[in-house]
Amino acid sequence: MLHTVNASPFERTALTCCLAHAVNGDAVVLIEDAVYAVVKGSTASAEIVAMTEGVDLYVLGPDLAARGINRAKLIAGITEIDYAGFVDLVVAHTSSQAWL
Amino acid sequence: MQPTVPAARIEDVDVKISVLVHAAPYTHQAADTAYQFILAAIAKGHAITRVFFYHDGVNIATRLAVPPADDRNIQKCWSVLAAEHGVDLVVCIAAAQRRGILDEGEARRHGKGDGAANLAPGFRIAGLGQLIEMGIQSDRLVVFGA
Repeated sequence: MLHTVNASPFERTALTCCLAHAVNGDAVVLIEDAVYAVVKGSTASAEIVAMTEGVDLYVLGPDLAARGINRAKLIAGITEIDYAGFVDLVVAHTSSQAWL
Repeated sequence: MQPTVPAARIEDVDVKISVLVHAAPYTHQAADTAYQFILAAIAKGHAITRVFFYHDGVNIATRLAVPPADDRNIQKCWSVLAAEHGVDLVVCIAAAQRRGILDEGEARRHGKGDGAANLAPGFRIAGLGQLIEMGIQSDRLVVFGA
């Protein structure tokens, strides 16, 4: 299953809820303000690193760029994708869940 | 930038995708993300079965919005998408009526006077059945909200 999260972890608990439900083989795409979750050294990133075992974590590059987040600031193990990559993830998973 | 999804997991066949948008334009990013997502999906050869606008997402469909010239015009983006790619843009009738989004027929039916209709080109107003139907008729349903 593909999970999409669009809210900042400093604003809502959507990402924590999502990661608590995601199972091995699932993919999680962080879009919009959720991209703030993967900045290295934040209070949210430690929890994310601990919870993502077995889950593929992706972040939407254009939303990182729109917020001025440099790639060098990303936590390890996260894959940056563009909109085309987002489409590929939707196609690759039979269902998707938006954690709004 | 190439997607790093393992190639074996990407199906080679074209997939039918439908999209649900239920957040307000200019307030949340959902309308923009959905639009960019759909452009990318079309570029890859996938078919967009329908886009359903629900809740505050119906505000995208007013032709009366006049954003500043140096800002994107979200309604026009979608209207052009419908014109150029034949994407079916459906606005929920109950959500639209609450927010004053009316087509000619609804404006007349509610006695709003001549010229009151404000549904932008490329959009049509219909019921929730269209949301259920697109879920049945497409391979994927992607939701963008607040």
